Amino acid sequence: MRSSAAAGTEASAAAPRKPFRLSRGALAALPVGVTLALGFLAPLATVAAYAFATPKTFDVFRSFTFANFAAVFDPSNTVWTSFVWSIGLAAATAALLAVIAYPIAWGLTRVFGRYAGFVSVLFVFPLFVSENVRLYGWTLFFLKNGVLDGTLKLIGLSGPEVLYTPGMILFGMLYVYLPFMLFPMTLGLAMVPRDLVEAARDLGASRLMIWREVELPLAMPGILIGLLLTFVLAVGAVAESKVLGGQSVIVITHDIEIAFTFAQNWPLGSALALLLTAIVSALSLVALSKLDLDRILGRR
Amino acid sequence: MEQSVRRANFLVWAWTLFVLVVVYLPIACGALAGLSKSRYFGFPVAAWSTDWWTRAMASIEVKTIVETSLAVAGVVTLVSVVVAFFGALAFARYDWKGRRLYQKLVLLPIFFPQPVLGLALLLWFNAVGVQPSWTTAIFAHLVWIVPVVTLVIAIRVYGFDPALEEAAADLGASRLFILREVTLPILWPGVWSGALFAFLLSWGNFPLSLYTTGADSTVPEWLYAKMVAGYTPMVPAIGTMSTLAAASVLLVGGAIALLLRRRAALNAAPAEG
Repeated sequence: MRSSAAAGTEASAAAPRKPFRLSRGALAALPVGVTLALGFLAPLATVAAYAFATPKTFDVFRSFTFANFAAVFDPSNTVWTSFVWSIGLAAATAALLAVIAYPIAWGLTRVFGRYAGFVSVLFVFPLFVSENVRLYGWTLFFLKNGVLDGTLKLIGLSGPEVLYTPGMILFGMLYVYLPFMLFPMTLGLAMVPRDLVEAARDLGASRLMIWREVELPLAMPGILIGLLLTFVLAVGAVAESKVLGGQSVIVITHDIEIAFTFAQNWPLGSALALLLTAIVSALSLVALSKLDLDRILGRR
Repeated sequence: MEQSVRRANFLVWAWTLFVLVVVYLPIACGALAGLSKSRYFGFPVAAWSTDWWTRAMASIEVKTIVETSLAVAGVVTLVSVVVAFFGALAFARYDWKGRRLYQKLVLLPIFFPQPVLGLALLLWFNAVGVQPSWTTAIFAHLVWIVPVVTLVIAIRVYGFDPALEEAAADLGASRLFILREVTLPILWPGVWSGALFAFLLSWGNFPLSLYTTGADSTVPEWLYAKMVAGYTPMVPAIGTMSTLAAASVLLVGGAIALLLRRRAALNAAPAEG
């Protein structure tokens, strides 16, 4: 609706000086386009180029070999376990966050009323504190003689030894990526017209039925963005496993980092990064191509 | 029915408050650790001390990393707001041929794991022969922050009535005049929120800085290095200071944003009526 209205005014205004107005949008997009071309596409192209260079060299653009991919897929190489861990943790993070965030997103659109803005700010703020500081706070909480253990000792118990376990890494990911599920989901739920829900209720639909047949399908674009965003961010996450996981699990980004730093095997690291990028971009491009962003962001 | 609605609302409130407590719990733990006297953290805190705070304030090393962080965040804010302002107009205001594609392209860096982006940028800098330092970190931050700020401003642009610009043009105003007197005042609240996001996200960014600052160090990076090796209560103390600084920026910035929004609403009211 909006785009047709905009197109109308645009067309009428564009009439007198057509060649100029036509490229105005492209002109405005140019600075962002240059930034992303130089800062996003070019680095990824470099990674792709390195992925086909001779292993353990810096012969980028001068050699072409599949040796790095052969090394990754070699059965004797255990790097595939990192991929499995990362994908598994990311899938669990996305699924659990959908359940955790749904009631909050629902509250933000329906229940909190004039407090909704304040509650949103409280959920946004942790994004401005770097994740390692917040994750380190959890170490202090779960540490032996830490906040939890110390409190339980006062009543004669002792804290559980959860630190440096895979479960703790999952907890850290849930903690860090909560806002990335919550806000898209809230945008999605805000797209559900209230009178439609009322109408369904008046017609005698049960609560479960309203939720399944009306609310969920209409809020789906937002929920999908949330699932996608939390998955792709978590699949490349590394701070959680480093700060909270000890060395109990090596996630794929950690492997990439090791290849780039200690091992000095940039081609192997690039091959791994390229595989991860392929997973992430395949998911993002498929999901994003189905979404109408004007509708999701425009409705306020 | 009425009662079940009330119960559902109560449960939603209770769950939200519980999650909020969990969200702020580790930040509170850090604050406790920064205020305890002993070198190794133990709870309940046996002896309190502001010693680590004073030491952090006096440290020259800390002063340097804070300056680096501020410089990075400052430049990132300025550049990203200008770039994203026009980016948001292209995103939400103008109808042009490549718009749908552009909208999706802008989102890609947000839908990408930051540590991997940081490593890719490191490789790219190396390939073109640029020595990583705090200036390259600015560029790295921009790749992620420009799209975020574009979205923040675009949301405001969606609510902007293009007829206002057209009317000014019909009355003979020049394009620069329209931008300064019509477009900017209306979009100002969005621009301000965008600037706030840019500054705070850059200030708190860890994964991009980690790989792209070279020998320089930002606050989150320095804290990470100390967490891995060389922990003292100065680490949580500086973490808490950094959090408090972000909170005050958000508080002051938010108050200004509210004021701007109110003024924009006042200005727009007679124009729309």
